[in-house]
Parts: sequence; C-alpha cells; structure tokens
Amino acid sequence: MKKMTAVTGNEALAEALRQINPDVCAAYPITPQTDMMQRFSDFVADGLVDTEMMLVESEHSAMSACIGASAGGGRVATATSGPGLALMWEMLYVASGMRCPIVMAVVNRALSAPLNIHCDHSDAMGARDSGWIQLWSENAQEAYDNFIMAFRIAEHPGIRLPVMVCMDGFIISHSVGVMDFLADDKVQRFVGNFTPQDALLDVERPVSYGPLIVTDQYHEYKKAQNEIMDSVFAVTEAVASEFEYLSGRRYGLFESYRLEDAEIGIVVLNSAAGTCKDIIDEARENGVKVGLLKPRLFRPFPYAAVAEALSHLKVVCVLDRSDSFGAFAPLYVEIAASLYPREQRPVLLNRIYGLGGRDFMPEHVEAVINEMTDIVSRRIAATPKKYISLRQYY
Amino acid sequence: MTTSSLKLKDLVNKDIRLAPGHRMCQGCGAAIVVKMALLAIDKPVVACSPTGCLEVTTCISDSTAWKIPWIHSAFENAAVTLAGVETMYRALKKRGKISQDMTFVVFAGDGGTYDIGLQSLSGVMERGHDLLYICYDNGAYMNTGTQRSGATPFGASTTTSPAGSAVPGKLQLRKDIVKIMAAHNIPYVAQASPSHHLDLMRKVQKAVSISGPKFINILSPCHRGWRSKADDAITISKLAVNTCFWPLYEIENGKMKLTHVPKEKLPVADFLKPQGRFAHLFRPDNAWMLEDAQRQIDAEWAALQATQACEASGN
Repeated sequence: MKKMTAVTGNEALAEALRQINPDVCAAYPITPQTDMMQRFSDFVADGLVDTEMMLVESEHSAMSACIGASAGGGRVATATSGPGLALMWEMLYVASGMRCPIVMAVVNRALSAPLNIHCDHSDAMGARDSGWIQLWSENAQEAYDNFIMAFRIAEHPGIRLPVMVCMDGFIISHSVGVMDFLADDKVQRFVGNFTPQDALLDVERPVSYGPLIVTDQYHEYKKAQNEIMDSVFAVTEAVASEFEYLSGRRYGLFESYRLEDAEIGIVVLNSAAGTCKDIIDEARENGVKVGLLKPRLFRPFPYAAVAEALSHLKVVCVLDRSDSFGAFAPLYVEIAASLYPREQRPVLLNRIYGLGGRDFMPEHVEAVINEMTDIVSRRIAATPKKYISLRQYY
Repeated sequence: MTTSSLKLKDLVNKDIRLAPGHRMCQGCGAAIVVKMALLAIDKPVVACSPTGCLEVTTCISDSTAWKIPWIHSAFENAAVTLAGVETMYRALKKRGKISQDMTFVVFAGDGGTYDIGLQSLSGVMERGHDLLYICYDNGAYMNTGTQRSGATPFGASTTTSPAGSAVPGKLQLRKDIVKIMAAHNIPYVAQASPSHHLDLMRKVQKAVSISGPKFINILSPCHRGWRSKADDAITISKLAVNTCFWPLYEIENGKMKLTHVPKEKLPVADFLKPQGRFAHLFRPDNAWMLEDAQRQIDAEWAALQATQACEASGN
C-alpha cells in the first residue's frame, strides 16, 4: 500500500532535493521560497545530504554561482520567487546560452510595485523567453514529480538546458496537501548519475566558457538554441512515460480535462486548475459541456497539440494570473497563436484573475462558464480582455 | 610548500598560459599583469573574467587565448561565478570524482571590481571561498571608452568626467579598494605594480599558497584611456610607485607591510605629467588640483608608514 503524507509544497520540493542530493546548491532567501531552502539547509546541517550549499548575497549571485558550478561539471539546483527571479533575469539567459542544466524551483510570486509577496505568475512569465524549459505544477504532488523529472530533461545529452519548475506561492508552497513520495533509491535510480560534458574543472582538456560572439555568428547561435527546444517535447514525453512506470502517475505536455465532447473550455495554469475542475464537474452535471486544458510544458510551447485539443470548441476562456499592461496576457497570446492557423477556431476570451494572491473562488469559475454559455446561446460579443473578481469601490 | 623560482632564466622557460594572438592593445598593462600572475603560479589554474577589455579580447567566437580553463558569465559577478566553480570543485573532490589539485583566479578590471562587481566580490570574501581575485586597475571603464569609475583618480579627465570649462575632470577621490578588502579580514590583501615584477609575482605566489580568499590590486596602465605613449606602461607604473601614488604593500593576516619604499619619493606631478588625462592639472588656474592631489598622496603614504611603524613596535 502506498504511504501518503501530508506536506506543504515547499516541504515536498525540499524532500525531492534531499533525495536527489545535488552536488551544489546556491540560493538566497525570498518569500515564499524561503522555507524550502531552510528545510534543505537542515538536511545539510544534519548530514542527510552532502551537497555543497552556497548561501549567497543576492539572487543574481545565486544564479551566477549556479552557472559557475554547473560549468564546473556537476549537478546544480536552486530555488527562487518573484523579485528574486527578476533579479536573476540577466543570468537566466547566460545559463541557457551556456547550456547549463540547472534545475530551479520557482515558487510563483507577484512583482513590485506595489510590494506583494503573494502568488501570481508575473515572475515566470517575465522569464519565458530566456531559453529555460518551463514546467508548471497544479499541486505539491505535481511539483515534486516535475522537479524529479526536470533533472532528467535538463541533463539529457541532447538537451543540456536549464529547467524551471513552477508552483504557486503560498497556495501550494505553504498549504498542506496529500503526497505520495517515491522511495529514495527509486528517485536516485531514476535521476541517475550526472554525466559531465566539457567540464571547466577538466584541467587536462581546458575549455573556455562565455566567448564574445558578435554579428558574424550570434544569429546562428540563437537559431541553434531554438532547435534544441524543438527536441524538448519528445524528451519530456519519454521521461514522463518512464516516470509513469515508476510512480503510476501520467503526465503529458498538458492536461486535457473533459475536453473531447466539450463546447466551451477554460485554459489555466497551476493551482487554479483544481478549482476549475471541481466546478466543471458540477456544470457537467447540469448539462454544460465544458472542459479544461492545463499547460504543463509552457516552454517550449506545444502549439499544434494544444490547437488540436481546443479547435473544436465554440468558446475558450484563457485565465491568466499575470498581465501584460496594454496587451493580452502571456497565456492568452500562446493559445491565440496556437489556434490562429486553424480554419475552425473558438471565440477566445482573456480573463485576468488572482493577481498578487487575490483569491480565485468557485463563483469566479461559475461566472466564466456562464459568460461562455451566454456567448454560445445568445451569440453576444464579449470584451476580449477583462479582470475578474475585482472589488467594487464606492 | 615549495614555490618555484622567479628567476628570469627560469621564467623564460615557462609556458605562458595566455597565448599570443589575443587582441589586447599593443602596450596594454592588463596583458602584462595576467602573464606575470600566471607565470608565478605552478598549479593548474581555473580562471574567470567579467565582461571587459580582457574578456572581449581573449575569447572571441571560435578562438581563445586561454590555455587554461576559463569562464566569463557577465560583468558584475566574476567573483561569485568563480566561487561557484570552486564550490563544485570542493563538492566533486569530496565525492571522489576529482583528485587533481588546482587554484582559482579572477582577473577583473576596476569597473567590475570597485563598482558593479563589489557586492558579489564582498560576498565571496565573506564566505571564505578559496580563490585569488586580481584586479587589473586602469582607473576607468576602458572597454566602453574611458568612462569614470570608482577607481578613477582625483582630477582625471574621462569621457564622463571630462575636463571642461566649468568642471575640471573628476572631483571625487577613488575608493580605497585594498582597505575595503582588508576590512573583510581575509588572510591576504596586497597592492602591486607590473614595474616591480618580482614584487608582483612574489605576492601572487604567496597568495595562491594561502587557503581562503585573497585579493591583489594591480596597477594596469591603459595608454588609450590615460592618453600616454603606447610603450610607457612600465615607465609610468614605476613613476606611480615612486611618487607613492601606488604604494606597494601587503596585509597578511591583518598585518600591514610596505614591500617597497622608494629611495626618493618623487612629486606626483612626475606621474601625472606623461598622461593626457591629467593635462589640465598643469594649467595655472588648476594649480589647486595638483596641490590637492599631492596632499592626498602624502596623507595616504604617511598613514601607511605610520601603520607599519605601529605594527613593528607591537602597539
């Protein structure tokens, strides 16, 4: 019988780190990631792992240290949130450009100003073009599973790219959920030994990292980076099927929930998908044909497969937990880009929810479903971009 | 620990681990500094440079001048990038995946050290990483075209502190980076000049023999920025030392020692005169600047001598 445990998202990822026991971990405290690294520091202090911890003086230095350590030729992990990820931004591009297979937990948090420590996805969305692979997670179990799989994807010899595993700050990182941990030896066998490639610490075969490359070759370098991303889909799926064999849990590039016979659908990332699925089940009982698509692999983005899953719908509402001021929000843009090549495509709505940790409640999902139902039955036009659950001020 | 000979007849037979063919300017002080430092180290070296002259001229597209492992990641983080490498070294050594002994050296300019890289440098020193940080100090952002930095000396005309009709060059003093580093209570801090090559190489040799964080600030003439003659790097560094503009000293385990005392302390004007960046200091209306510059140097020199005397007397 499986042993189920009740833990927070941060505890789950600290536990994954303990099982993986990376060579080097460099981190800086930031809410809501902080207690993940605190817990891991306990493991180091108690000798449960022999990872070299670098408790640095900023997130910029955390990512710089990870890059140096990764180039050195070993397994590297870190974690951050919101402004911490923003401070790393310059170095994110360096990590991917240098093919450093670093794995980072991103505990999603809003960006200032105004200062806000709670969940939204502005941090990871700001890093979506940095050449990092992005896996998103609905709950602690998915975050744990994604985190373990991330090492295999990152370190795959054909990929060698950094991966960020996103989970919602506080909503998942600090709330207790039921978890099925894998046994230590199973995780260790699954992740395997790290195979260095062009290690900086190989003094017999010296290599230079980080050259200046200007107009003659830079363009080709960036195209090559894009090509590697193309092979991430197959590797992510192969790793997932191996993981399914190990855990019994099945992961695709995205989760498709009751979409096959649906007329309307919701697209949403991370924890809000759980609330949506509950309300979708209720609506189904009332005869509303609604489904949901929850992207898991956001970078690279599986455009064709997403279009295949959504194009038969009449209305799709993309729920974004981050914004692009004066423009459509990031997830909406990807869904629109997926569907545009299709002759048959749904009416597309963009609804912004939950910024800075604003609660996303069942009634918000009901309102979204009602709005889509109205569009189908009364053929009314809808405002493409709106904010939901806004407070009314008098 | 055995150290190898620094005699010229032995040095000429050593491999210079920064290969010819790099694109540094003819007469560049930084190239001389890097070669001297590498010659003084026998162990395998893993090096790191921030974005800057040395970096953009030594590793371009498919070519590298570095015969040793070398990494550049960005501008403000050379210390912590190499600290990451050094930490991985300790991790792999502990796990038996690496056995070879090696040493870690940063070569960074003053912009990447005094200014944008100071936070990461300070963190690395505080955390006690086993590496040597060498700053080749040419007193401005030379790679981007001689903009003022925290290392630019008082009075110097740069492209962002130009000597104009209202403001006569940089009016602020440079930071005392050696004292800032010494305040981290690290085992070894020193200042050196390529004009005194034996002193420079002995300091590098001593630094790499000590475990923990080490810092050496080395004068690095840049004739483009200093507007001096291309073959004057060594002559001008000698004047910097002998005017006491650039005192040669070290602080080992907190104890300060002058490693060279000029036989005759020359007026600072002798160091400033051959450099176009100080030409306006010699105009009669700017005579006060020359006097100020001399006063600052006299005060620093007197303070260093007093510290040494105080330590020698055991007080």
